[in-house]
Amino acid sequence: MRPFTYLSAPDVTTALRAIATEPGARLLAGGTNLVDLMRQDVERPTTVVDISTLPLDEVQELPAGGLRIGALVRNSRLAAHPAVRSRYPVLSQAVLSGASGQLRNMATVGGNLLQRTRCPYFADGTAACNKRDPGSGCAAIGGFHRGSAVLGTSEHCIATHPSDMAVALVALDAVVEVQSLRGTRRIPLAELHVLPGDTPDVETALDPDELVTAVELPALPVAASSRYRKVRDRASFAFALVSVAAAMEVADGTVTAARLALGGVAARPWRAHLAERALVGAPATEEDFRRAATAELATAVGRPQNAFKIELARRTVVATLHQLTTEGGAA
Amino acid sequence: MTRAPERSRPAPPTPSPAQAVGRPLDRVDGPAKTAGLARYTADHHVPDLAHAALVHATVARGRITGLDTADAEAVGGVLAVLTHHNAPRMTPPAPVSALDLSTLAPGTTVDYLNTDRVHWNGQPVAVVVADSPDTARQAARLVRVTYEVEPAVTDFAAAQDDAVPLRGTLLVLGEERTGDAERALATAPVVVDHRYTTPAQSHHAMEPHATVAVWNGDRLTVHEGSQDVDWARRHLARRFGVPLAGVRVLSPHVGGGFGGKAPVWAGTVLTVLAARATGRAVRMVLSREDVIRTVGGRTPTVQRVALGAQRDGTLTALLHTGVSQVGRVGGTPEPVGSQSRHLYAAPHIWIRHSTTTLDVLPTAHMRAPGEAVGTFALESAVDELAVALGMDPVELRMRNEPDRDPLDGKRFSRRDLRAAYARGAERFGWAERTPSPRSMRDGHWLVGRGVATAFHLPVRLPADVTVRLRADGTVLVRCAFHEIGVGAATAQTQVAADALGVPVEAVTVEHGDTELPVGPQAGGSGQTASVATALLEACEELKRSVLALARRSPSSPLRGRRLSELRAGRGGLYRADAPDRGETYGVILTRAGRAEIEVRTAAGTRLGRTLQQARAAAGWFRDRRRWVRAVTGAHFCEVRVDEHTGEVRVSRWLGVFDVGRVVNPKTATSQLRGGIVMGIGAALSEETLVDPRTGRTVNPGLAEYHVPVQADLPRIEVDYLDEPDPTTPLGLLGVGEVGITGVAAAVANAVHHATGVRVRDLPVTLDRLL
Ligand SMILES: Cc1cc2nc3c(=O)[nH]c(=O)nc-3n(C[C@H](O)[C@H](O)[C@H](O)COP(=O)(O)OP(=O)(O)OC[C@H]3O[C@@H](n4cnc5c(N)ncnc54)[C@H](O)[C@@H]3O)c2cc1C
Ligand code: SF4
Repeated sequence: MRPFTYLSAPDVTTALRAIATEPGARLLAGGTNLVDLMRQDVERPTTVVDISTLPLDEVQELPAGGLRIGALVRNSRLAAHPAVRSRYPVLSQAVLSGASGQLRNMATVGGNLLQRTRCPYFADGTAACNKRDPGSGCAAIGGFHRGSAVLGTSEHCIATHPSDMAVALVALDAVVEVQSLRGTRRIPLAELHVLPGDTPDVETALDPDELVTAVELPALPVAASSRYRKVRDRASFAFALVSVAAAMEVADGTVTAARLALGGVAARPWRAHLAERALVGAPATEEDFRRAATAELATAVGRPQNAFKIELARRTVVATLHQLTTEGGAA
Repeated sequence: MTRAPERSRPAPPTPSPAQAVGRPLDRVDGPAKTAGLARYTADHHVPDLAHAALVHATVARGRITGLDTADAEAVGGVLAVLTHHNAPRMTPPAPVSALDLSTLAPGTTVDYLNTDRVHWNGQPVAVVVADSPDTARQAARLVRVTYEVEPAVTDFAAAQDDAVPLRGTLLVLGEERTGDAERALATAPVVVDHRYTTPAQSHHAMEPHATVAVWNGDRLTVHEGSQDVDWARRHLARRFGVPLAGVRVLSPHVGGGFGGKAPVWAGTVLTVLAARATGRAVRMVLSREDVIRTVGGRTPTVQRVALGAQRDGTLTALLHTGVSQVGRVGGTPEPVGSQSRHLYAAPHIWIRHSTTTLDVLPTAHMRAPGEAVGTFALESAVDELAVALGMDPVELRMRNEPDRDPLDGKRFSRRDLRAAYARGAERFGWAERTPSPRSMRDGHWLVGRGVATAFHLPVRLPADVTVRLRADGTVLVRCAFHEIGVGAATAQTQVAADALGVPVEAVTVEHGDTELPVGPQAGGSGQTASVATALLEACEELKRSVLALARRSPSSPLRGRRLSELRAGRGGLYRADAPDRGETYGVILTRAGRAEIEVRTAAGTRLGRTLQQARAAAGWFRDRRRWVRAVTGAHFCEVRVDEHTGEVRVSRWLGVFDVGRVVNPKTATSQLRGGIVMGIGAALSEETLVDPRTGRTVNPGLAEYHVPVQADLPRIEVDYLDEPDPTTPLGLLGVGEVGITGVAAAVANAVHHATGVRVRDLPVTLDRLL
């Protein structure tokens, strides 16, 4: 790892000032992703701004019935929070499905949202990678891409966003609050991550001087009946090949409300609006679930090693929705 | 743990409480390890220690044309950047010779840092020495290397067609045949004939490779995680041109080896080189990535297994051919047909091994080289034949169980697979399995059950030991064998305690140090039996010497007795016919005015050792001509496959093994269970991804190289026949490797039973089942 200046930010303003004035500054929260990438020489910050002690670590009730989750709430605490477990079980499950106990104890909400892709070529400085080194090419296309994306890709990059938590959040209509010296703004989580297009190095809608301070969840009755289903290569401690965050209400055999998002398939947590539209008002049958999933995946593009993800996503959506109708959400 | 055997064999002797062998004793090194007191290589601190880090080549083949080390050298704390321009010259590795197995020590023939040639993507091309490990690593990143790139062969799949059949030698399994298998296959009423593939795998022992090197003039002390300290010592003495006697290698505790720490890889040589060049003591602890790029792993294989049978299941033909990969600068082929020579009574058998040569990191041994992946192909094919015949896979195997070796009619020193299968089938409830695929389920889980045979040929190696008996009744056993986590020292404690009739607490065992008598490699599942053989011999000799002392005294109750009339026990020698007549070692030694008495097997001299090696080798070859000395087992497993997603979960496991006498059921069970865990990893998830375009491994870490985690593993039951092998001292064979063999096939067979999908390519990932 290269030498850097370490700054422990005593307050938010100091952190904001540091990232506003120094282009090479990086925020350090739990450090579980940033430090790994520094060891791999992918991240080369000149200054590391440690924000881990800032007072952004609370989960608060919102007047309108939602939750406000501080950016520095640790993943373990978020998953264990009683309000999250009872009102947004999908979020608790998604967080618990990620990484390991030790990592979740360190990892924060903000860091989890902004973690970088696990594309192996991104982490290997000798490989062509447009995300790490714009214009160098994409080694994953034509190389190992079994874990790569099938939705929203471009010929410049097919990487996925690896977070599980974000998949649940995007299904729950979460909004991200960000702050800079210029002020505070709110970005729907669905718009936080951007698709690669021809600038895969641009991953989010954040400006370099912005800090994520909180994530807000609206009151969402349907979320009480929700589930997260993660499909991966071993039973634990592996990133998703495909994951599904789903919430659904059914009355008299008809779907009355639905929230659906997919993970492991795109450069952003993929909100499945097309599928939701197909679901609401339709009978809650496996056949209709399949039709909805197929509608969402119509534009998916598979490559030799990852084409299976399209069928896998379809099946996982159907199985998860079916489970919701038969067993309800799981706390 | 042990049960009465189903067949009419003599029941295993139930160990009496006084007997240590056969008891599940706790490890003697357990307290030190659990308290963090056991020192592994990286724990060794010596004064004035410097630290080294590797710089790896980033091309597969070519020549180094430029090395810019200025930035690295400018980093504060950097002591040296060693490259082929400034590194001290070393003597190249010796050519491999069957007469001196230590010539196998270097994993590669590369003259690290003494050459501008690059032979694989990842070969070390520079070493940075600094006053802290972090500084060394940081500076290593700053070394810039340019290459003249040459065309390289880096795609195993594409290189298969260029594979060359191997000629058999003493060290390499080549072609073997009996009858005319092709012809028998062509006329067989029922035939299965398929291609199976297994991927490359990397060594991921818990403890990464590490070395501490200290020079004192021409004397060299090396702390090293090693499975063969004698190889390490000989190799380093040669490469650095110093007298063998001045080189000491210490390796008291090793955090797992699996074959990866038997050879001497770049990290070791370059740490010693760095210490030589800088005049400092140097430590290098490899990162996971360093290990993956410089320590050879298991070759990928492509295998063909063809079986011909009568409709009643009698095998008529068995063909097993396989291609494995070696590096252009070294590598060991994988004898995938090993078990196929011995497992089934087919009259026509043809085994052939070929290798193809790539510009990649040389392949190396990994737990059960040959059988680990060979059994996947063979035991899958046997299952496929059972399906084709509509026959129970256990019954098919039993129908073809040979009485003598199918290739040349040799006898098996012992073999009772029938009993293993019978016991396993009963314990596992095999009869409840409904034969047709997709016929068992539990909710959305498709349930499948599979079996496969485990098979391994443990080796036997020479060993020197000394045994010292003190007047206070304590015993010291010394032998440079290796404690790689298996309980090796515990086993020898038990053997010595029984042989001398002393409590285990009285025995201390020293190991892992070239100052001790030369021990065997921790490899080939042979270490415990090899050391025990020498140890038993030494204990006999020791008792003879003690008796001689006793007989000199007119008052000794042992006067006039021969050793064969005596039993060792209660800390001394007693008459077999009158167990209360005898005396303790303490009494005998004290009376003779001796504080202690020591014996050693073989001579400490070079000649003595050569003679002993020759004797051992001759014995081994004689035995090989006479017997097939193998360990076997029957794996029973149950898997659950998610009918929607294809996720596979192993839900039950039982392995029943025939491994000869079990010295310590606790540690032996750990070995076998560990082998099964490793086999489940190979079955379901492990794979080194080598980019065929560059020859570069793209998953050089444990986040992306998926070994099983706890949640992937069911409760694994291990059972033994526990019958001594009649041809070995104490009846020991070897347990280290057989556990992994057959596992991947058992899983794939169970997956087929669950889903109806036959997967012939490892690992069995869910995309293959959708
Ligand atoms: C072996 C392994 C397995 C894993 N498995 C999974 C998995 O299965 N599923 C999963 O979802 N994740 C997984 N993870 C990833 C893990 O969840 C992330 O590393 C973690 O959530 C990152 O959080 P952090 O606080 O440690 O982030 P950091 O490493 O501190 O930061 C990550 C990035 O976010 C930026 N950042 C942090 N906080 C803020 C903020 N408030 N505002 C703006 N920018 C910020 C940092 O500058 C940095 O660029 C795994 C990680 C490892 C190492
Ligand atoms: S997929 Fe994206 S991250 Fe991966 S190599 Fe291509 S450009 Fe880089």
